[in-house]
Amino acid sequence: MRLETIAINNLRRRKSRLAFLIAGLLIGIATVVTLISLSTTLTEDIQIKMENYGANILITPQSDDLSLNYGGINLGGVSLDPQEIREADLSKISGIRNSRNIAAVAPKVLGALEVRGQRVMMMGVDPEKEFQLKKWWKVNGLPLKNEYDLVAGAEVAAKLGLVLGDSVEIGGETFTLTGILANTGSQDDQILIASLPVTQRLLGKEGTVSLVEVAALCGDCPVSEMVTQISEVLPGVNVSAIQQVVKTRMHALDQFRNFSLAVAAVVLLIGALVVFVTMMGSVNERTREIGIFRALGFRRSHIMHLILLESTVVSIVAGILGFLVGMGVTYLVLPLMTENEVSMHWDPLLAGGAVLLALLVGASASFYPALKASRLDPTEALRAL
Amino acid sequence: MPFVHLKQLDKHYESDADCVIALDKLELAIEEGCFLGVMGPSGSGKSTLLSILGGLCHPTSGKVLVDDIDLYGLNSEKRADFRREYLGFVFQSFNLIPYLTALENVMLPLAVKKMPGAEKKQRAVEVLGRVGLSHRIGHLPNQLSGGEQERVAIARALVNEPPLILADEPTGSLDIATSREIMDLFKQLNQEGQTIIMVTHNDEIRPYFDRTVVLRDGAIDSDSARTPKAVPQAG
Repeated sequence: MRLETIAINNLRRRKSRLAFLIAGLLIGIATVVTLISLSTTLTEDIQIKMENYGANILITPQSDDLSLNYGGINLGGVSLDPQEIREADLSKISGIRNSRNIAAVAPKVLGALEVRGQRVMMMGVDPEKEFQLKKWWKVNGLPLKNEYDLVAGAEVAAKLGLVLGDSVEIGGETFTLTGILANTGSQDDQILIASLPVTQRLLGKEGTVSLVEVAALCGDCPVSEMVTQISEVLPGVNVSAIQQVVKTRMHALDQFRNFSLAVAAVVLLIGALVVFVTMMGSVNERTREIGIFRALGFRRSHIMHLILLESTVVSIVAGILGFLVGMGVTYLVLPLMTENEVSMHWDPLLAGGAVLLALLVGASASFYPALKASRLDPTEALRAL
Repeated sequence: MPFVHLKQLDKHYESDADCVIALDKLELAIEEGCFLGVMGPSGSGKSTLLSILGGLCHPTSGKVLVDDIDLYGLNSEKRADFRREYLGFVFQSFNLIPYLTALENVMLPLAVKKMPGAEKKQRAVEVLGRVGLSHRIGHLPNQLSGGEQERVAIARALVNEPPLILADEPTGSLDIATSREIMDLFKQLNQEGQTIIMVTHNDEIRPYFDRTVVLRDGAIDSDSARTPKAVPQAG
C-alpha cells in the first residue's frame, strides 16, 4: 500500500467520475491532435497542389533593353545584344543547396514561325515538365508524346483551321496535331507547342532556351534565398521570384495553421475547465476523506501528492486515448477535405506531445484543487470529531 | 511523569456575536497504560478536548505534552508525523474510505511510511486477526456490518502500534450486543498495555474505564482518580 494504491483504487472504484474526468481532457486533446494532424497533412496537400500550380521563379536572359518610352507614349523597345540561356547550364540548378525544394524546372524556347501562310508564335517545351507545371491546361486530345507531335492553343487552332489529327507542315518538318488546349484566356491560346529539341532546330536556336520557369516548393524555405542560389550558379541571367505567388501561398498556409491553433486552444481551454471543475467537485466531495487522511498522519504534501497523482493517471490515459481518437477522427475526416491521396502520419512526436499536453493541462487544472485539499482543516473536515 | 499532560488548556470559539468557551483552564495528567473515559453532556467540551489531543485543532492557549513532546510547538507537517507515529484514531462513524477494502483501509496509515510492501500487508493482516476479521479482509466497507466496520477502524488505529489510542463514541452507532463486543476488545487491548482515551456519553460502558473524567462547561466536574473507589471499611 502506497499513495499510488489509494489513487488508483479511488479512480478504479469511482468509474463515472473517472470517465467524466478522462472525457473532459480527452475531447480537448483529441481536438488538438485532430487539428494538428489535419493541418500537417493538409499543408502537405496544399503544398503539393501549389507546387503544381505554376512557377514561382522565372529565369530570363539578361539583355540590355533600351526602352523607348517618352511622355507616356511607348515606342517599343530595342533589344541590344540579347543573350540566350544555354540549355546545358540548367543542370547546375540541381546542384544548389535547396535543390530538394525544386519541384520542376521547365525550360522553353520561343519564336515566330510561318505556318499555313500566317506568322504564329511557337513554343518548344519539355513536355513532361511543362504539362506537370501547367495543371490548368485542359488538352482536348493528347498532350505531347513524340517529337513530331503538336499541341495548339484554342485561338491559333481556330485561326489556322486546325482539327485533331491534322498534319501540319512547319519549316519543312511535318507535325501531327495531337491536342488542342481548351481556352485559357491567356497568351497560351495563341501558341503552338512542340517539343524542345525540334523547336530549337526550327528556330535555329540549338542548345539555348528563351525562358525557364521554376517551381519551388516552399512551405517554409525563403524563395528569395533560392533565387540567390540560382543566380550564383547561373551568372549572366536574370533570376526573379514572382513574389505575388510566393506570398499568397505562404499566406494561405499560415492562415490555415493559425485558425487550427486558435480552435485547438479554445477546445483545450474548455477541457481544462472541465478537469478543474470535476477535480474541484471531487475535492469538495472528499473533504471528509481528506480529513481522515490528515488525522491518520498524512502530511499536507501527501494529500497534494495524492490528488496530483490521480490527475496524472487521468492525464496520461486521456493523453493516449486523445491521441488515438484524434488520429481516428483525422482518418475519417481527411477524405472529406481533399480529393488527393494523402497518407496520414503516425508521428511519435505528436503522440508524445499529446500526452505531455494532457499532463500539463491536467496538472495545472488540478493544482488549485490539490492545494485547497491540502489546506483543509482536518477538524472542519471531520465534523463528527 | 505522566504520558499525556494537558496544561492550562483554553479553547474559545469566536463567532461574530459572541465567544463560546469550549475548554476553560483544563489541567489533566494521564499515565501510560490507562483506559480513560471522558464523559459529560453534549457541549461540555469533550469532543474539543479529543481534537486538541489529536493534534487536529489549536488550543487558544495552554500546552499539550505527549511523551514530553509539545504538540502545538510543532509545525503542521511535523504534527502530521506525530499523529502517524503516536496516535491511533477510532472515529464515531468509523470513517472508513469507501473505495478501499478492509485490508487497504487498515494499511492506510502505513501508506506514507517507508516500509516494504510485504511487511505493511503482513502487519495489516495481523491486526485484522487481532480484531477477529481475518475472514473479511477483501471486502469493501459497504459489504461489512456496523460491528465489522468498527473492528476495521480499530485495526486501522492499531496498525502503526501507536502508544496512544483516541476513540470518539466508538459505540455510538452500534447495538448493545455489538457495543459490548467492541468494548471487550478495547478492554483486552488495554490489558495488553495500550493507553486509550475514549470520549463517550454512554453511561453503560463506564465500568470498562480505569478512570473517568466528567467534563462540564469546559472544566473537569469530577475525576475518579481524585475520588478513590470506596474501600470497604473494616469492622
